[in-house]
Amino acid sequence: MIAFASLLERLIFTPSRNAKIALLRDYFTTAPDPDRGYALAAMAGALSFSAAKPGLIRALAAERMDPVLFDLSYDYVGDLAETVALMWQVDAGRPDRVAPSLGDVVMALETTPKAALPDLVGAWLDASESSERFAILKLITGALRVGASARLAKTALAEIAGVPTDDIEEVWHGLAPPYDALFAWIEGRGARPDMADAPVFRPTMLAQPLDEAELDRFVASEWRAEWKWDGIRVQLVRTAQGARLYTRTADDIGNGFPEIVQAMDDMTEDAVLDGELLVMQDGEPAPFSSLQQRLNRKSPGPAMLRNFPAGVRLYDILFDGTEDVRGLGFDARRARLEAWFARVRPKRMDLSPLVDFANMDALAEIRAGARAAAIEGLMLKRADSPYLAGRPRGPWWKWKREALTVDAVMMYAQRGHGRRSSYYSDYTFGLWRVGEDGVDELVPIGKAYSGITDEELAFLDRWVRNHTIGRFGPVREVEKSLVLEVAFDAAQRSARHKSGVALRFPRIARIRTDKPAHEADRLAEFVAQTL
Amino acid sequence: MSGVISWLQPRPEGLYCVPGNFFIDPLRPVARAVITHGHADHARPEQDRVLATPETLAIMRTRMGEDRAGKTQQALRYGETLALGGVSLRLAPAGHVLGSAQVVMEHAGQRAVVSGDYKRAADPTCTPFEPVTCDLFVTEATFALPVFRHPDPMHEIGKLLHNMTLFPERTHAIGAYGLGKCQRVIALLRQAGYDAPIYLHGALLPVCALYQEFGVDLGDLRPATGEAKAALRGALVIGPPAAVTDRWARRMADPVVCMASGWMRVRQRARARGVELPLVISDHADWDELLMTCSEVGAEEIWVTHGREDALIHALSLRQIRGRALRLLGYGDEDEAE
Repeated sequence: MIAFASLLERLIFTPSRNAKIALLRDYFTTAPDPDRGYALAAMAGALSFSAAKPGLIRALAAERMDPVLFDLSYDYVGDLAETVALMWQVDAGRPDRVAPSLGDVVMALETTPKAALPDLVGAWLDASESSERFAILKLITGALRVGASARLAKTALAEIAGVPTDDIEEVWHGLAPPYDALFAWIEGRGARPDMADAPVFRPTMLAQPLDEAELDRFVASEWRAEWKWDGIRVQLVRTAQGARLYTRTADDIGNGFPEIVQAMDDMTEDAVLDGELLVMQDGEPAPFSSLQQRLNRKSPGPAMLRNFPAGVRLYDILFDGTEDVRGLGFDARRARLEAWFARVRPKRMDLSPLVDFANMDALAEIRAGARAAAIEGLMLKRADSPYLAGRPRGPWWKWKREALTVDAVMMYAQRGHGRRSSYYSDYTFGLWRVGEDGVDELVPIGKAYSGITDEELAFLDRWVRNHTIGRFGPVREVEKSLVLEVAFDAAQRSARHKSGVALRFPRIARIRTDKPAHEADRLAEFVAQTL
Repeated sequence: MSGVISWLQPRPEGLYCVPGNFFIDPLRPVARAVITHGHADHARPEQDRVLATPETLAIMRTRMGEDRAGKTQQALRYGETLALGGVSLRLAPAGHVLGSAQVVMEHAGQRAVVSGDYKRAADPTCTPFEPVTCDLFVTEATFALPVFRHPDPMHEIGKLLHNMTLFPERTHAIGAYGLGKCQRVIALLRQAGYDAPIYLHGALLPVCALYQEFGVDLGDLRPATGEAKAALRGALVIGPPAAVTDRWARRMADPVVCMASGWMRVRQRARARGVELPLVISDHADWDELLMTCSEVGAEEIWVTHGREDALIHALSLRQIRGRALRLLGYGDEDEAE
């Protein structure tokens, strides 16, 4: 456990990506099996213990710690595992114990019955130093959040093997912890794991944001345009061995969208398809907030499935049957996609239409006119572009519509989590309206926690601390005197917000210390202009 | 709220001793100030009459300039007693930084102790904290959460020296507060046998020189300013916390940003500041030290000046000690740096 704990410790504090990869390589080449395999699984989020859940840690904390002191500490630290790791006082009455290995811990967490877990985990914590306690508890909470993604770990493995990272990605979903076959392959002791018929994830092709200055160089006939839908990007994989629904980061989200998996099972032909997951109402995509309802549920109930039915708007095909068509140009793949769709007629899917345009100016006008809630802008794809892994510069561009902005007044602030756990980094802001008593009042329209630089964050954190007028648990109410210019992609009506408005992708565009609060925007005008 | 002692009162200017007619660490200029230690949030300029230890007075003169460190200065050594109005006044070591003192006041058969900032861990650069039994104890609460347990500082120094052998080509840039922390880190390094020159940011030089005048041996110190990048390769540089994560550090060869602070105990906090090597070294009492001290002085009532008073007052209540939060605003401005 010490090697894994110090790896986590080093990863947390190492800012450079290359240095992190070096640390991971070092760990993967020196740590024994099955420890390194379980470490990889932990970083990839591939470990899940049915009995050992965060609730276990809370229960241990409740048993060993004063609840008030625990709550105050958790509020400060912002991370359950770290709070308990730091607060844990080794039971001096217990005899010396030996700290367990990572493999021991993972295997015990998988097999130990729930009733026996508190004693077992408590004994581990008593035998460990604070960094080891942190590592053990992080395994139980699931998300390591040590600044090293699954992708980074796979990159380190790819470097050891001397292959592109995407080669690791392509076999990944056919493997399971502790990944003996994978380590055998990257160390040259075994063949590449055969994934022929497995429903594995294929690396997604991503678009670059368009630099409008480059538009002049575009020849309209070489490009195809599609709407950029405001859902989430998914990959549908149907092979002889099954059907899977992946996000673009290779997370399997099939359990959350059983109707899509069912529709794939019902398909008469295999395929790997690329498209946008949306909630469809009367054949039209609903605003993102509807999809959000579904994304929040690991397994949706019948009412959820009825009220927020999911669908996929297809825009690309990677495998037509078992044939890899990624090497074909966009137009050729589009023809394959349309033909496949016409033959198979899959349920809960439709084709994302191509947007016709005569020249780039006409396309700019189409983009400017796009205001439907589920459209974020346009995608530009070169007619001859093959389907490439990653985010190559040139073949695909995303051309989002202009952000909207509103000048709002900061009302409340809360500390963030993770990297920002000691900073007031989440801000609730509001607009003016005339209150019941005829006096102006602010009504909240949203919350934002991004868009600011570290310097601005430090400024806002200090401002919040110096202008606090009330506290509600972790939330501070602030003096209504600071104007924030908030950028957002769209505004939607919302019954959940007092103002009746919800913003999509709100982020702080500027801190308007120059603007008096009473000159911030008014709700009525805002609604009239944007909804 | 009526407490055990009525002659010590929290006022907007700071804690006021009625029979002695003086303020302790006043936040704004007053007629008579007793200063616990030289940190800027406790020792404010432009006081009329100032009373403190000789070391604290010297630190104030160095940091503020002669003309702003009080119109008249009166020195009181540790252990000496002075009658001031109806109060018998004495300064006891607080173990926080050089010259730091607790203000011990006796009046009408009662004793109140205002500790200022303090710590209980060993520090080669200052006189150790002396617990004084009292009826009312006024404490800080900077690290008053059970997540704060400062490790042995020599262990942290060992971590630093080990890292220097791992990355011999890189400059290790330590962020350390200029009064107290900087000198303590240097003294700990010397104790650990590190005798190479240590390079300092210009802002840290005067107080280091003052420490050496008071007999604290800090070894070979050199200004970092003006040194070539190559000369600092593999060297140890100390600067104010804000400087080592800022442009100032660009003069160094691929610096390893280190921060010496009790806050470094919380990982995400260290990470948010861009620290690569956190050193958990604090000049404040940690959770255990705060609780130990509060029970050791045997006070019937504890006042908490600043910091995380909720947790401390709760923990005291579990020990049947009455706690009161003064919520004096203005202290702990050096929060980030300690």
